[in-house]
Amino acid sequence: MITALRIISPGPCTTVQDLGRFGAYHMGVPASGMLDDYAGQVANWLVGNPANCATLEMSMIGARMEILTEADIAVTGAAMKPQHNGRPCRQWTSIRVQPGDILEIGASDNGCRAYLAITGGIEVPQVLGSRSTYLGGLLGGMNGRMLAAGDILGRGAGTLLRIPRNLPWFPLYPENIIVRAIAGPHEGFFQDHLSQFFSAPFEVTAQCNRMGIRLAGPTIDRDAGAPESILSEPIIPGSVQVPAGGQPIVLLKEQTIGGYTSIATVVSTDIWRMGQALPGDRVHFVQISLLEAQGLYLEWVGFLAATKALLAN
Amino acid sequence: MDMAAMNTEFRICGDRSLLAVYGRGVDLEVNEKVRRMTALLTGHPHHGIEAVIGSYCTLAVHYNPMQIGFQELADLLLNLESSLGKAAVPEARTIDIPVCYGGEFGPDIDFVAEHNAMSADEVIARHSAADYRIYAIGFAPGFCYLGGLDPRLHAPRLDTPRLKVVAGSVGIAGSQTGVYPLASPGGWRLIGRTPLRLFAPERKRPLLYEPGDSIRFRPVSEDEFHHLHHLDGL
Repeated sequence: MITALRIISPGPCTTVQDLGRFGAYHMGVPASGMLDDYAGQVANWLVGNPANCATLEMSMIGARMEILTEADIAVTGAAMKPQHNGRPCRQWTSIRVQPGDILEIGASDNGCRAYLAITGGIEVPQVLGSRSTYLGGLLGGMNGRMLAAGDILGRGAGTLLRIPRNLPWFPLYPENIIVRAIAGPHEGFFQDHLSQFFSAPFEVTAQCNRMGIRLAGPTIDRDAGAPESILSEPIIPGSVQVPAGGQPIVLLKEQTIGGYTSIATVVSTDIWRMGQALPGDRVHFVQISLLEAQGLYLEWVGFLAATKALLAN
Repeated sequence: MDMAAMNTEFRICGDRSLLAVYGRGVDLEVNEKVRRMTALLTGHPHHGIEAVIGSYCTLAVHYNPMQIGFQELADLLLNLESSLGKAAVPEARTIDIPVCYGGEFGPDIDFVAEHNAMSADEVIARHSAADYRIYAIGFAPGFCYLGGLDPRLHAPRLDTPRLKVVAGSVGIAGSQTGVYPLASPGGWRLIGRTPLRLFAPERKRPLLYEPGDSIRFRPVSEDEFHHLHHLDGL
């Protein structure tokens, strides 16, 4: 391990995340991982890492840190006005840093979460096959917690780039978020309000974290006779639960089993859009079929492969 | 063997997950079917299957749609039902969980006793007399959904959840009993605490049990609690 970064100020919720922990569901351990895995993977590719290397995920406000090693870094995702030794620098591009450099990631202008990748990946111990922080389970990442001032992080071995890399486009994170979703698995309890759910916008409330996003909007009532809660069932990222009160919650990556009914499920290729939602943004759910969603997945796999190939100079 | 309580229902759960519903309610036979299907599926019958998560009467199967379609997966699951008897399920065990009841470890034991018109000693006797089947593990790492709580021990949740419940706390909520594997907020009535770490990711076997096993709580003294706590910490 190479000593790589010293955190001077961490920002409100900065964690270590890779693509996730997929082999421990049976113990009640959810996937965790980058909420915007597109931005996180691109950050890794920009510095020459495999997609699954651990990155720093920063929410709303970024971290200020001292660099302790020569390395390439890249900051992607939410626009957070990064500064390298006091001078503004670009995102979605690789930057060569030297020991003693100061990197400061500011408050977000657009989007919620930014990702910092570094040559070799952030090096923390693997827990159950992943370096991702699972805050609710107090495991992974930096002792299962958010980063704190004074933390020193290592990086893995890796080769410095011969030529800088940059992505020739970057995503915008609109305040009007359009996500595609498939009805169910409990749409049968919401027949009277399904069309309302898929037509009215919802507002992202301040109650949002890595586990889920609570929305505010028209009340989604269940049909007469439908149960308010069910015997706990497996749930997946993107499940849109409707608890008593009728205000939906979009689940993200920190839960495996739950007891509320889900009116719809955000498709896997749009979950990153929810990961970039800020309080006050509006979310529109567009209903699509299973086959349409799987077609999107196919296209997305191709798009990711093309992005990766473009960056592998 | 006939474990079918109803025809299996397959629900769409996003573009990469199928939810198989094998029955309703807290039902031993249905839950056993979930356990056996889980064992069959973790034996890798198809490379498109990425993960399985079981609960009381449902099973989520995560799949890669580039390798297997929803209907193909549903057909595969239906076919596997004929092999249920051949599933390599480990023999269900009964796991002994030591618990120090009452006092600072179980501040709500008197409430549970009064609520059910009995003494605290009787709460302990009844709570430690039963075997509790693990129907599911989830919600938090190592958290067990247990069946079999004596109806005379049911007690309502706290009106206001505690901000912090210590790891190992044993509680009752409605008709459920369980153990908090990690420190967390919680609204259960606390009647005791185990000195064991139920979930420890660095252990070779992070969990002491799996679905299908049963838990039996064994009352221990405060001295034994501290002794076991010390041993488990090493």
